[in-house]
Amino acid sequence: MVRTGTAVVQDESFRSSRAKSRGAGTDSEQRPSTQSILSDAAGGVEGLGTNEDGVWQVLHSVPDPEIPVLSIVDLGIVRSVSTDRVTITPTYTGCPATQVIERDIRDALDAAGYRQVRIETVLAPPWTTDWITPEGRARLHAYGIAPPLAAGQRTPACPQCGSVETREISRFGSTPCKALWRCLACAEPFDLFKCH
Amino acid sequence: MPSLPPIRPEDEACAQKARDHGAFDAPVEDHQRALFDYLLRLGDDSLILGQRLSEWCGHAPSVEVDLSLANMALDLIGQATFFLGYAGEVEGEGRDGDALAFHRDVLDFRNCWLVEQPNGDFAQTMARQFLFSTWQKMLFDRLAGSRDEQIAAIAAKAVKEVAYHQELAAEWVIRLGDGTDESRRRLADGLGWMWRFVPELFDADRVDAEMAARGIGAETAAFREDYDRRVRAVLAEATIEPPADQRPILGGRRGHHSEHLGHMLCTMQFLPRTYPDALW
Repeated sequence: MVRTGTAVVQDESFRSSRAKSRGAGTDSEQRPSTQSILSDAAGGVEGLGTNEDGVWQVLHSVPDPEIPVLSIVDLGIVRSVSTDRVTITPTYTGCPATQVIERDIRDALDAAGYRQVRIETVLAPPWTTDWITPEGRARLHAYGIAPPLAAGQRTPACPQCGSVETREISRFGSTPCKALWRCLACAEPFDLFKCH
Repeated sequence: MPSLPPIRPEDEACAQKARDHGAFDAPVEDHQRALFDYLLRLGDDSLILGQRLSEWCGHAPSVEVDLSLANMALDLIGQATFFLGYAGEVEGEGRDGDALAFHRDVLDFRNCWLVEQPNGDFAQTMARQFLFSTWQKMLFDRLAGSRDEQIAAIAAKAVKEVAYHQELAAEWVIRLGDGTDESRRRLADGLGWMWRFVPELFDADRVDAEMAARGIGAETAAFREDYDRRVRAVLAEATIEPPADQRPILGGRRGHHSEHLGHMLCTMQFLPRTYPDALW
């Protein structure tokens, strides 16, 4: 699967501006895969406009409006892609981003010349956080949001200092998908992407 | 007191014909009318409670509570969007979810009385949420296995969120009941207000019976005992005596509502009715 450079560039700028504002930008946050993603993208652009890979490329460039460090592919909401149809599924029933996402996909597809590709929304099977890709989980962590708990994990690791001495403040956070937690080691609050 | 809507002869006839297994032989349009009505009930419960909860936005006792109430409101309005959107498709007269939400009058709403009750104080809101979400969780657990694929998909998706609502409300009921004298008094008052609207949740009429018989809807009577057990267990933990049973108030599913609903709709529907072309 090919990825576009656009998504990566967007990620990087979001990540670094946020890291700067926290004063926490370090080399350890750098994702090792960045280079390979960029070089893949360089080879993939030629196929644009002709096939499913091209559609995937466009989708990789569409960020989640609430968590722009994630693409909608990272988020796991793209269920299938064909040359004439993209099937997506909403995350949370009431997520206000759902309509924005659909519009963003439409705009991105149109801009890339895929006007004939329809967007369909399906509800079943329901989305789960297990569909967030490993890359997506790494990006969430680097962005300052603890990814959903893995099986057997009892508390999330603080995205700032890495401590697992953390405590829930509120089960509902700034968006439907997040809970508010606090690190007991560094005392910073952080968002946890809830298991769903 | 608004005048009551007439029970139309064709509704009676439709309900008669579509009974039990004979339902499959009923004309398609009868089946669709019953399904439409059932979807309105599901969608209106979610819509009205979602609107009620959103009234708290910016007024809750703490920011965390504000967030949780607003999030629950969003979940419920999301459910309503799906159920009412589907209802519009089933009806086939060109109405979408927005048309059904914003351009129906109070007598056309099919929600239960519990969800339209005023927020009162925080304890009253939590009493309402606890009684409703506990029921909705049990209902959606069953609807997730509906023979209607769309209903099954919506319920399977929403039930994960409703499980949160139920848990959160139960935790607050326990905390308030087992809290200070004042929180306890307020919770008892809130439960006292809401208690008489619970029987309606389990009151099945012909539409419910037909939907259950066809495997589309769920038979609420089947989980009445579970519900009572769960509610009593939480109240026991909250060290609160369940209120005495009161004369039940029924009729929301037929469009009979308390005076509170009309006032709420005035606020909710004002903008799209006054500016029908307004877009986000």
